[in-house]
Amino acid sequence: MPPAALSVHLSIGQAYAWSVFKPPLEEALQLSGTQSALPFQLAIVMLGLSAAFGGTLVERNGPRWAMTVALCCFSAGFLLSALGAWSEQYWLIVLGYGGVGGVGLGIGYISPVSTLLKWFPDRPGTATGIAIMGFGGGALIASPWSAQMLESYGSGPGGIAAAFLTHGLVYAVFMALGVLLVRVPAPDRTEGAGASVAPAATSGPQVSARQALRTPQFWCLWIVLCMNVTAGIGILEKAAPMITDFFADTSTPVSAAASAGFVALLSAANMVGRIGWSATSDLVGRKNIYRVYLGVGALMYLAIAQLGDSSKPLFVLCALVILSFYGGGFATVPAYLKDLFGTYQVGAIHGRLLTAWSTAGILGPLIVNWVADSQESAGKSGPGLYGLSLTIMIALLLVGFVANELVRPVHERHHLRKEPDVQQRQSV
Amino acid sequence: MSSSGSPSERRTGLIVLSWCWVGLPLAYGVYELVRKATQLFTG
Repeated sequence: MPPAALSVHLSIGQAYAWSVFKPPLEEALQLSGTQSALPFQLAIVMLGLSAAFGGTLVERNGPRWAMTVALCCFSAGFLLSALGAWSEQYWLIVLGYGGVGGVGLGIGYISPVSTLLKWFPDRPGTATGIAIMGFGGGALIASPWSAQMLESYGSGPGGIAAAFLTHGLVYAVFMALGVLLVRVPAPDRTEGAGASVAPAATSGPQVSARQALRTPQFWCLWIVLCMNVTAGIGILEKAAPMITDFFADTSTPVSAAASAGFVALLSAANMVGRIGWSATSDLVGRKNIYRVYLGVGALMYLAIAQLGDSSKPLFVLCALVILSFYGGGFATVPAYLKDLFGTYQVGAIHGRLLTAWSTAGILGPLIVNWVADSQESAGKSGPGLYGLSLTIMIALLLVGFVANELVRPVHERHHLRKEPDVQQRQSV
Repeated sequence: MSSSGSPSERRTGLIVLSWCWVGLPLAYGVYELVRKATQLFTG
């Protein structure tokens, strides 16, 4: 099951490498930076929407159906984009990659989560951490691969079209492994990861997706995820210029190549954090690990704001920890949902929660770019450009920390009682 | 039938193949990342 999940997540994680296509598209189709970012932004919005609205369908039709839909949409998105680049119709690229491909991202993202939680009920954090680590790892593969492809095909409209076409075909074959391998465990399977004392997948409280939306726990977690992601984007969005500006007036300025290396290290921290922190949550508990993400994360931001320009290793270390928490927050949330709402419709509940990601995907860059622009026009430079941004990020993390503290076990009145599916499973 | 091995051997082969399928591209990505990340200390 883990390779099946990874084959899908490693593919759809390509979304984080969209920036590779931006400069050639801008040159070939005379686009502005804002225009060339549109397919990615639409894809992230569609990810949240399709996960939210398609979650129930995924639960009903199963992971193989969901992975097939993800494969078709993600691949078709690239094929439409190839047509758009070849005919120089940019709207087709936006519609293809952002619209159709974005649906593939959303359905693909949630497709293995529920099944993994059912396969490994005793180690849910580790199980979903492996899959969601794949989403972080997808960009590591796609970024150099796409760049090399554009180099060999050329960066004109024909070359970009050929690159999109190759992506569509290769990802379709790669994701097919997931479709072929995935299967759901038997309803009465209790040996999770080989442990004979592991709990059954359907033990504990079970809450339907519709009912989960009526609980304060769901909305507290929505705030937690939104704040954690927004704070991570605060670093991700401005990583390269930030480290350059922080050390511009010191004896150890940072070159363009070194700042690119810093961005690569952040990607590694994001990926490692997904599996590392999520697996740790199986040992220390979900609420405690989010206390670390949000509380220690705020302290890391404070350290950058107060001491960042005094020591490059300290700056890099704090940023790496923040990014590892960013990744960990994504990977741990399905297990948190499973603890609170059970596995009955956890995929659908997870899908609805991902609207927090879409919101943060719009909020985060807006806040960071707006603050940086306003500080620059106010005549500030160096670390002074980022002081206000960092303070806002600390405040957001503290809001998330409070929301996490408010999470309590779901009240019994929300638990499922008469659903025939669960009754049938429990009676087996 | 005998040439295709026992069910447990086929299962092991499938597990190895599927982990290679996802592991090799990921190893390539990690290798490229390490190459780039070292520029922070040498660039």
